[in-house]
Amino acid sequence: MTFEYAPAPESRASVSIKPKYGHYIGGKFVTGEKHFPTINPATEEVLSSIALGSKKDVDAAVKAAKKALDVHWSKLSGRERGKYLFRIARILQERAREFAVLESLDNGKPIRESRDVDVPLAAAHFFYHAGWADKLEFAGVGTKAKAHGVVGQIIPWNFPLLMLAWKIAPALATGNTVVLKPAETTSLTALLFAEVCEQAGLPAGVVNIVTGDGSTGALIVNHPGINKIAFTGSTEVGKIIAQSVAGTSKSVTLELGGKAANIVFEDAAIDESVEGIVNGIFFNQGHVCCAGSRLVIQESISDEFIKKLQKRMEKIRVGDPLDKNTDLGAINSRAQLEKIKELSLAGDAEGAERWSPECVLPNKGFWFAPTIFTGVTQSHRIAREEIFGPVLSVLTFRTPQEGIDKANNTPFGLSAGIWSEKGSKILWASQKLKAGVIWANTFNKFDPTSPFGGYKESGWGREGGRHGLTAYLKGVSHE
Amino acid sequence: MSKRIDVKKTYKLFIGGAFPRTESGRTYEVKNSKGVFIANPCMASRKDLKDAVVAARAAQGSWSQATAYNRGQILYRIAEMLEGRREQFISEISELTGVTVKKASDEVEASIDLLVWYAGWTDKISALDGATNPVAGPYYNFTIPEALGVVGFIAPKKSALLGFIAGIAPIIASGNTVIALASESAPLPAMSLAEVIATSDVPAGVVNILTGKTAELAPWFASHMDIDGLDITGLDSKFVAEVKVAGAQNLKRIHSFKDVATPGRILAFMESKTVWHPIGV
Repeated sequence: MTFEYAPAPESRASVSIKPKYGHYIGGKFVTGEKHFPTINPATEEVLSSIALGSKKDVDAAVKAAKKALDVHWSKLSGRERGKYLFRIARILQERAREFAVLESLDNGKPIRESRDVDVPLAAAHFFYHAGWADKLEFAGVGTKAKAHGVVGQIIPWNFPLLMLAWKIAPALATGNTVVLKPAETTSLTALLFAEVCEQAGLPAGVVNIVTGDGSTGALIVNHPGINKIAFTGSTEVGKIIAQSVAGTSKSVTLELGGKAANIVFEDAAIDESVEGIVNGIFFNQGHVCCAGSRLVIQESISDEFIKKLQKRMEKIRVGDPLDKNTDLGAINSRAQLEKIKELSLAGDAEGAERWSPECVLPNKGFWFAPTIFTGVTQSHRIAREEIFGPVLSVLTFRTPQEGIDKANNTPFGLSAGIWSEKGSKILWASQKLKAGVIWANTFNKFDPTSPFGGYKESGWGREGGRHGLTAYLKGVSHE
Repeated sequence: MSKRIDVKKTYKLFIGGAFPRTESGRTYEVKNSKGVFIANPCMASRKDLKDAVVAARAAQGSWSQATAYNRGQILYRIAEMLEGRREQFISEISELTGVTVKKASDEVEASIDLLVWYAGWTDKISALDGATNPVAGPYYNFTIPEALGVVGFIAPKKSALLGFIAGIAPIIASGNTVIALASESAPLPAMSLAEVIATSDVPAGVVNILTGKTAELAPWFASHMDIDGLDITGLDSKFVAEVKVAGAQNLKRIHSFKDVATPGRILAFMESKTVWHPIGV
C-alpha cells in the first residue's frame, strides 16, 4: 500500500514582484536602459524584467560606492557599522518567508531549502559579521589593517541571497563599500535586499546592486575604481578574472568549481552514509560548487550500497519548488539543463551505466531526474568535469590509499566527504584529502563561523570565520 | 717555490638531492664587482625545471607528513651547518659582491639567525592560524593550515644569501617543497648553500636550486601546472603581469614579500582546511 502526499504548496501571497526593475545605485532605484526577462524555471513563467547593467550604470555605482566610502562609511566607527549589519540580519529574519518564497520562485530550489537553509544562513552571516565590525583589532590582523575601499562582488545563481550575504556582510563589517552583481537568472532577491538596506537606514551608496550578465560582470572586474574583486562562479571565469587583474593592484578572492569526492569506507554506517550521499549530490539540484558529485566507494560494500542508494532515490520527490514536500526542484535555467544533458550523454557514450528512478517530470520548466552513473572510470568526463546538476558518478576502490588517490585525482579541491565509523581512519583521510572543506560523516553543512573555500583550481582565499574576514582587509600584519 | 694553485669549484644545479649539470650544457659567466671572472654556473633550462618539479613533487608527501618538530629540527640543522661554514660564506659573499667583510659577516649571521627563527615556527604556525569554529549545530569543526604543495621561488638579485633563505625557509617550514631560482647575477652563495642543505638531513627533493636567466625561466615557473605557488619577490616588476597571467592557468598562489621575517611568508603558501564531524552518542 502506498501513501500519496497531498500537495502542500507554500503561498505566494507574501511576495510582490514588480513588472520591471532597475538598479540600486547611490541609495536610489534607477531605471536601466536594456532589459531581459527573468523566469520561474519550474514553469517558464516570466516573473519580471531585469535591467542589463551598462558601462554607465557600473560607473555610476562605483562612483556612488566611492562617495559613500569617503563621505560616510570610512568615518563611521566599527561599532556603528556593526549596528547596521545587526539591523540587516534582523530584517532578513523578519522578512524570511518573503525571501524564501521569492528565492524558490526565481531559482527553482525547494521551499524547504530556501526556508531552512538559504535565508536563515544569510541572516546568520550578517549577525556574525556584525559582531566583528568593532573587534577587528582582535582578529589577528594587526593595527595597520584597513578596508580595501570599493569592492566589486559577482555572485552565482545557485544560492542567490546566501552568496550575497557571504559577500556583503564581511565587506561592510570591515569598512568597505560594495558594488554587487547578482547572477543573470536570479536577481530578484538581491533587488529585494536593496529594500532591506533602505529599511535598515544604510547610508546611500554603501551597497549598490547592478544587475546584468557576464558583460556587466566584466565591466565591474575591469573598472579602475574597484579595489578588490570577490567572485563566486565557474573556474573558467575565475581564471579569466585572475588574468584580467594580473597587472593591477586589485586584490582578488575566488570561490570556484568543484568535483568533490564523497568517500565511503567499508566500515561506514551504511544507512547514514546513504542519506549523506543523497544530501551531498541532490541538495539544491546538485547546483552546489561543493556537491559530493563523485561517490568513491570501497568495492566490498559497493553492490549493497548502490542497491540501498537506488531504493532511497526512489523516494526523492521531484516537482513544484513551492511544495513543502519537494526534495528536488527545477534546474535553474535551460542553458544549465542542456549542460547537464550533454555531460550525461557523454557518460553514456563513454561507457558508464546510467540509472534514474521512475519519476514523472512536469511538462513545463526545466527538470532533470536524480541520476547515478556506475562503472565510471577516472578518465570519464563525468568523473572529471563539474556537471552542476543532480548527477552522481560512482567510482570504486579497494585499499584506503587508492580511495584517497582517486578522490584527489582532480584539478579541483573545494570539498570532500568521508564516511567511516573509525575515528583514526577519518582523521587519516582528512589529512590526506586535498580539499578546503572536509565533511566527515556529514555533508553540505555551512556556518558563518566556519571558513569555506578551495585548494587548487577551486579558488583563492576563504569565506567565513576569521579567515574570510581578513580577505576584506589590506595591510594584515601576517602578510 | 711556486705559489699553490687553487682547486676551484665547479658550480652545478641541486635537484633531488644530487648535483647534476644542466641538461642543456649551457653555462654563463659570473664576475665579481670588479669585473674579475669568478665562475661558470649552469644556465638551467626548462627541462631542468621540469626535473626539479618531479623531484619536489615526489618529496612533498613525506615532507609534509613529517612531524612539525622534525621539520623544525631539520631547519635548525641547516643553521648549525651554516654556522660551521661562516668563514666560507663571508669570503664568498665579499669576493663576489665587493662588500666589506663586516657587511658580509652581518649577512651570514642574519641568515643563520633567520633559519633558527623559521625553525621555531614549524610547530607554532597552526596555533597562530588555526581555529576551532563554534558552528550553530552539534558538530565539532576546526580549521588548520596545511602545506600548499610544490612552490617556486624567484630569489632576489641582491642579498644573495639572506634573501634566498628568507624565501626557502618559510616555504619548507610548513611542509612544502621548493624549486628556487638563485639570483642571476650572484648565484654562488645559493649554490654553496645547497652543499649545506645536502648535509643537514633535508630529504632529497625538498629543496631544489637552479641557476640561470630569470627572464627565461620565470615564465616556465609560472605556467608549470604542477607548481602550486610562486614567490616572486625577486622578479622585476616589468615581468609581474606576464607571470601572473601565466600562473592563472592553474590558479597558482603568487606572492611577493618585503619583510624577511614574518609568519605571513609561511602562511602565504599554506591552505586552510576545515573539518566537520557530528557530535553525538
